[in-house]
Amino acid sequence: MNEKPKHPSSILVYTSGLAFALLLTGASFLVARSHTLWGPGLPVGLAVLAIAQMGVHLVFFLHVGSGPDDTNTVLALAFGILIVTLVVSGSLWIMANLNGNMMPPSAIMEMAR
Amino acid sequence: MSATPATAESTGVTNLNVSGDEAGPAPVAIVVSYGFWIFLLSDIIMFSALFATYAVLSGQTDGGPSGRELFDTRNVGIETLCLLFSSYTCGLGSVFLERRNLPAFYVLFGITFVLGAIFLGLEFHEFAGMVARGAGPSRSAFLSAFFALVGLHGAHVSIGLIWLAFMVAQTAAKGPREFVLRRLRCFSLFWHALDIIWVALMSLVYLMAVRV
Repeated sequence: MNEKPKHPSSILVYTSGLAFALLLTGASFLVARSHTLWGPGLPVGLAVLAIAQMGVHLVFFLHVGSGPDDTNTVLALAFGILIVTLVVSGSLWIMANLNGNMMPPSAIMEMAR
Repeated sequence: MSATPATAESTGVTNLNVSGDEAGPAPVAIVVSYGFWIFLLSDIIMFSALFATYAVLSGQTDGGPSGRELFDTRNVGIETLCLLFSSYTCGLGSVFLERRNLPAFYVLFGITFVLGAIFLGLEFHEFAGMVARGAGPSRSAFLSAFFALVGLHGAHVSIGLIWLAFMVAQTAAKGPREFVLRRLRCFSLFWHALDIIWVALMSLVYLMAVRV
């Protein structure tokens, strides 16, 4: 991994990261603007492409890897992902549940009378 | 575990100073970038709260314009390319600074600055256009959440640009010394993290609204 000519390889890492990111961005825009994906599956497809591109950024630009130096970084990242997942999915779940259980506006008007 | 195999190993592997149990405190560069990494993760968690708010409120247009009517995909595409290429030039610039190639560093960070400024200009233009159409942040819950989320990212980019200008000036004044390189590494982390947040914004806010 760490050969003597270290510098050309780091430029290559950034360039391949850029290529992957461009590819995934292009795919996102293509999927959103054309009808290649089944309509209801679009949010899932876009989310998958976005997560893939975030992974590309983390590995190629932020250099989060599997080396011994990166153990703490990866653990902190895993904790961050856990919290982000809890915040986002928890909010969506709770709010959808509240919406589903809410009394229809006409019934509220009826009770207020 | 035992001392002798560890030393035998560390002669073969260069600079093995973090994995050993009794290696002493980690070097400042590692501690600083780890601390900054923790800050970035906390920043991303703050963004996740606003993302959750936006996701909950994105349908609550109160009879006002929806994202589908307001968002311009071409504009978003140009903004995405600006940020992506500025992330790339920022990474290349730090590589050249580590190699002590100052002219290449200045050129690449100059391009980074210009691309970031173009991004901000486009975003400001988009916001101004929306406010002029009567779709300001006070129009509906959807627009409040949108402006809070995208505006916060824009504020981060503005701070990043100021930081970038400051770091280039510091490099010019003090030369590529260790503490300057350390700060520039933190700046690169910050700039790449902003690009990660933009990826989420672009796909989950803008592109998701194109066909709903």
